[in-house]
Amino acid sequence: MSTEFYRTGAPIEDGKAPDGVIAERWDNRRFAAKLVNPANKRKLTVIVVGTGLAGGSAAATLAELGYDVKSFCYQDSPRRAHSIAAQGGINAAKNYRGDGDSVHRLFYDTVKGGDFRSRESNVYRLAQVSVEIIDQCVAQGVPFAREYGGLLDTRSFGGAQVSRTFYARGQTGQQLLLGAYQAMARQIQAGKIEMHPRTEMLDLILVDGRARGVVTRDLVTGEVRNHFADAVVLASGGYGNVFFLSTNAKGCNVTAIWRAHRKGALFANPCYTQIHPTCIPVSGDHQSKLTLMSESLRNDGRVWVPLTGGDTRAPADIPEAERDYYLERIYPSFGNLVPRDIASRAAKNVCDEGRGVGPGGLGVYLDFADAIARLGRDAVAAKYGNLFEMYERITGEDPFETPMRIYPAVHYTMGGLWVDYDLQATIPGLFVIGEANFSDHGANRLGASALMQGLADGYFVLPNTIGDYLAAGPFEPLDDAHPEVADAAEAVRTRVAKLLAVNGSRTPDSFHRELGRIMWDYCGMERTDAGLRKAVGLIQALREEFWRDVLVSGESEELNQQLEKAGRIADFFELAELMCIDALHRTESCGGHFRGESQTPDGEALRDDETFSYVAAWEYTGDRPVLHREHLTFEYVKPSQRSYK
Amino acid sequence: MNLTLKVWRQKNATSRGHLTTYRVKEISPDMSFLEMLDVLNERLILDGDDPIAFDHDCREGICGMCGLVINGVPHGEQRATTTCQLHMRHFKDGDTIVIEPWRAAPFPVVKDLVVDRSAFDRIIEAGGYVSVPTGSAPDAHAVPVPKASADTAFDAATCIGCGACVAACPNGSASLFTAAKITHLGLLPQGQPERARRARAMVETADELGFGGCTNIGECTAVCPKGIPLATIARMNADYLGLAATGD
Ligand SMILES: Cc1cc2nc3c(=O)[nH]c(=O)nc-3n(C[C@H](O)[C@H](O)[C@H](O)COP(=O)(O)OP(=O)(O)OC[C@H]3O[C@@H](n4cnc5c(N)ncnc54)[C@H](O)[C@@H]3O)c2cc1C
Ligand code: FES
Repeated sequence: MSTEFYRTGAPIEDGKAPDGVIAERWDNRRFAAKLVNPANKRKLTVIVVGTGLAGGSAAATLAELGYDVKSFCYQDSPRRAHSIAAQGGINAAKNYRGDGDSVHRLFYDTVKGGDFRSRESNVYRLAQVSVEIIDQCVAQGVPFAREYGGLLDTRSFGGAQVSRTFYARGQTGQQLLLGAYQAMARQIQAGKIEMHPRTEMLDLILVDGRARGVVTRDLVTGEVRNHFADAVVLASGGYGNVFFLSTNAKGCNVTAIWRAHRKGALFANPCYTQIHPTCIPVSGDHQSKLTLMSESLRNDGRVWVPLTGGDTRAPADIPEAERDYYLERIYPSFGNLVPRDIASRAAKNVCDEGRGVGPGGLGVYLDFADAIARLGRDAVAAKYGNLFEMYERITGEDPFETPMRIYPAVHYTMGGLWVDYDLQATIPGLFVIGEANFSDHGANRLGASALMQGLADGYFVLPNTIGDYLAAGPFEPLDDAHPEVADAAEAVRTRVAKLLAVNGSRTPDSFHRELGRIMWDYCGMERTDAGLRKAVGLIQALREEFWRDVLVSGESEELNQQLEKAGRIADFFELAELMCIDALHRTESCGGHFRGESQTPDGEALRDDETFSYVAAWEYTGDRPVLHREHLTFEYVKPSQRSYK
Repeated sequence: MNLTLKVWRQKNATSRGHLTTYRVKEISPDMSFLEMLDVLNERLILDGDDPIAFDHDCREGICGMCGLVINGVPHGEQRATTTCQLHMRHFKDGDTIVIEPWRAAPFPVVKDLVVDRSAFDRIIEAGGYVSVPTGSAPDAHAVPVPKASADTAFDAATCIGCGACVAACPNGSASLFTAAKITHLGLLPQGQPERARRARAMVETADELGFGGCTNIGECTAVCPKGIPLATIARMNADYLGLAATGD
């Protein structure tokens, strides 16, 4: 098939997917995978781009196994990767509470939460491995919340009816990342990891079709350099910043995986974006990022808006009878704990009805008055103290006194580079882990599952599967003069020079904001055929203007933050177009992808399993992308219309 | 509001820096401090000037990347707040604000307001970890941890490694940073086997890197965005002096 936007290619399959009884697949795969003997591991080098939960845990573990690791991040220290900002918690099927949890239930919840657009085998493995993650982290000294008896505390998160989320106050990501960072530090000290902070990967080096290295730019000196290895692992995080405003850190980008995509790695489900329901609303045109208020707040906070539109009374002056606790009303069984996609859309709907609160009517209340009355102020402070403080710093309002105002914001990208069960991309020797891959969350990720996936990939999955590939190494030694290497480095230098040479009249940020606006309006919470077509045109025009009129100040041989930004934005333009095409081609609604044309009579996402039960894996061509379908089958969880009512 | 900014400009590590004066207009009280600098930078670019380099990433007070000395105080006057969380509602029309980088010998300036804090990584590498290779861990409930120890360990573990403590200390000491990690791991059962060695290695590495000694002035705690208490330094000293061996 061929349309004006894309062509259709051959279907693809996950060549490493094991079969048999689902509970035994991971064991079977590990047994079947080739091993590398300890003496050979020392002769093998692995590059890991990214030091978040995924990259940090992978780098540390690979080094412990004996591989030589080269690790990269754009921040000044590996400890600052964006995983640090994760707040709420990490899921694990420990069933420490005896409340009916099990590996199977976590598997079931995740497949269902992902709206039946993920692979059963992968998700099952994730649920199995989750148990080991908590053990590992506790042994590292991660100070999880504990009860008076000294045992670990847990809480509930959206999309689950059991309490399986482990947490460290509102700073779970920080504590888990510091655990991984410290494990890395031990290997850096041991000389097994060569750490390159403030270094950005700008291209992938392919030699004879294998991923053999990366071209980087030193962000302090501007030096462009090649680094070689026997395999390359990308753990570069998510690309939510294509929307400009998101809960991601300012530097989060798509560059590493986009460059690999341009070199042949298929990009899966780019349009699956998670819009998080509880973020602090935009306060003005100066807004540079949005701040998440952890989903865990929905355990105790109640979401409401005034019953009638145009009610400008202060929240405290609105009597109970004139409030609409709409999540509790529409979804009585899950109430305030419905999954994120559902909570976000519900907030948008009440605001579209004119019942939103705060400036511009783009907000709903998240109210803790009942929780404070029930549990006492101190107990609420112990659970959410740092989140309340964060809210107060930004808005100047105290959530103990007045309800928070929240609104949905772009938060997480389920899409990413296509990988097989071994987490290997379509380029041999290229592995992709963490948020950068597409593997486990289908069309919607459940809260507290990204940390679980990042650490599962890095500590337990990749270190086991990468050996199967590396057993064929070490590969031919390389140097800068090798033609394929020299070409890659030259392309990077040319591109840097080109960005600086435009010397136009608009700042990089002004383009990024405008691109973000287009994406939010047409590829955000609700997508339509007409809107997406329009977006593709707008993006193409803006991209053309960018390359004609961007103004990047400074030089390349110095610390140049504008140049860094401009390079990332250039890649976002290309990604944005692919996201819109992916969203356009998928005429069903599923999870975070809501097509206005495909909804149930009461406004819920309406899937079309007959046509769309597949992973859309896109091939880069420079012209119209080519769609490869990976068909999804469900043996253990029967696809059903998700219901949280 | 309209403000006058005096900003430290320094082309690179080897050149000399100086304060340059800028005027910014129509700053909204809802802006963050860094958003105010964004506005200035957008203007500088369009005017053909070099925008001001400053470190930042999460912009929500957790990554530890940002850090400016604002009117002489690391992260500004507001307590328990990082630079990125500081909002303009705490300033008033007509104010003059002096903005400088962290100043400490082990944190050399890279450019403008950006400094090199890699010395902190060296301190952690010296021993700020528990040596447990992946896969070797017992069940998480095998060793209960008293809630009080877990909570105190957590309070110390919230350090974001921003370096404000060093910037505030007249001796340029990294004691609060180092002590935070020693306290975090030293209070947990998992951290016991390496406790004495950890304290010695980390403290000695900090000394070698050129950080000064602690004379209990307390400026560090006062500016710490996470409010890490001075008591952690006492714990560090105890562990360093070998009391750890007897379990303090
Ligand atoms: C505010 C917030 C709160 C969250 N809370 C939770 C939660 O409670 N529970 C949960 O499960 N999930 C949560 N998430 C999601 C979760 O934090 C992320 O999905 C996860 O941490 C991503 O980890 P990662 O290792 O894949 O990537 P990251 O942590 O983003 O790391 C990316 C790494 O790649 C590096 N990098 C990127 N590009 C390049 C390049 N071109 N060259 C060199 N290096 C590069 C960066 O320097 C960094 O080291 C949250 C997310 C946000 C934004
Ligand atoms: S930018 Fe992350 S703490 Fe300020």
